[in-house]
Amino acid sequence: MNYHWNWGVFFQETPEGGTFYWEILLSGLGWTLAVSVVAWLIAMLAGSVIGTLRTTQNRWLTATGHCWVELFRNIPLLVQMFLWYFVIPEFVPPLKRWMVSTDPVYAQFISAVLCLGLFTSARIAEQVRAGIQSLPRGQRLAGMALGLTPLQTYRHVLLPEAFRIIIPPLTSETMNLIKNSSIALTIGLAELTFRAREIGEYTFSFFEAFTAATLVYVIISMSANRVMAVVERRVAVPGLITAGGN
Amino acid sequence: MDFDVAIITAALPYLWKGFLYTVELTAVSAVGGLFFGTLLALARLSSLKPLQTVAAAYVNLMRSIPLVLVIFWFFFLVPLMLQSVTGAERPPQVGAERTAIITFILFEAAYFCEIMRAGIQSIPRGQVWSAYALGLNYSQTMRLVILPQAFRNMIPVLLTQIIILFQDTSLVYVISATDFVGAAAKVAQRDSKLVEMYLFVAVVYFVLCYSLSFAVKHLQRKIAVIR
Repeated sequence: MNYHWNWGVFFQETPEGGTFYWEILLSGLGWTLAVSVVAWLIAMLAGSVIGTLRTTQNRWLTATGHCWVELFRNIPLLVQMFLWYFVIPEFVPPLKRWMVSTDPVYAQFISAVLCLGLFTSARIAEQVRAGIQSLPRGQRLAGMALGLTPLQTYRHVLLPEAFRIIIPPLTSETMNLIKNSSIALTIGLAELTFRAREIGEYTFSFFEAFTAATLVYVIISMSANRVMAVVERRVAVPGLITAGGN
Repeated sequence: MDFDVAIITAALPYLWKGFLYTVELTAVSAVGGLFFGTLLALARLSSLKPLQTVAAAYVNLMRSIPLVLVIFWFFFLVPLMLQSVTGAERPPQVGAERTAIITFILFEAAYFCEIMRAGIQSIPRGQVWSAYALGLNYSQTMRLVILPQAFRNMIPVLLTQIIILFQDTSLVYVISATDFVGAAAKVAQRDSKLVEMYLFVAVVYFVLCYSLSFAVKHLQRKIAVIR
């Protein structure tokens, strides 16, 4: 391949001047992390509630949880992104007025965060439900026998155990969330992949720009894996196979 | 705001063409991805260390970067790769649609590899030993004994992955390929009918994916009884 390497591109100034391309890439990483963190909080909160509802004895609550999961799981994320950014504001006039009047980046950020958060919440809900259902029936019954209310049984017995079991799938959902945040570029949010493509287009150094973005994503996913492995060891439930030893 | 149904019916022939491309892309990537994914899985499970390392590196790399970035990578790389293969003076024009097919085959191969690897590893070791004891060689053992069982065990997971693939193909929008979403987006922007077009697309995807995953769940229950 006759390609002209130019790794110095990141230390060139942008056409507007004053900023270097590495700063552009860094700001992209900033948006990727910002979107991922806020969306993760929404996803964990909503996902835990929905997943828990699906294991209750109440038919209406389980049905609500079921609809939630199926709704967010069966529409492509890209289409959901368009729905949040282009369609929903049309039905909520005050929201539309705000989006037109403010800096577009806020509207993009909020749409992306809601979209990714709720999409991921459906997937986390499935993991939480699987975690609770993997517990022996005796755990719930023992909680009741001790005189705990259903809410207390969940709070003190079922959820603390379930969450510790589902750390590995939660880690991979977190990785998926970070990767999926790149889809926010379709509504114009200048996150990491957006910036990598932009640098490629301005400088024709596509190879260097994409390599840099790829490295950053690999580093993020490797460090998240390490952190979660430590967390997993710390909180392992004694006596289970994953806990090792005894 | 008023909902304009006429715009959807008027655009239906164009949307149908986009939809056919989505189905084609899904089918070709599923078959191609499954083929290369199986080869990758065999490489990861082989006793040759270098083969293992290369396959593992490829799979882990593909799985740790976003699909959108992979699509951009290949959109930029495929013409260059073809140029170096054919020795042409200029990078050939490949077009977004064909680039997308190559991208998805190679990307999905990494995901199918992991599914197949789990499938192969779920087969009891005794199956391999008895195949060798019967005098079969490696390729016969894999082709006639291990892979058929692995495929059968993995059918529900593979089908679920294909449903995800069907949704993920919508991302070819980022290189302006005219798939189902791409076609809808083009009509939406031309006629400024974003609400109608995107809602229609969402409903179509929901109905299809919901029914398909329902069918997969049904199938899974049927297979589970046999085992």
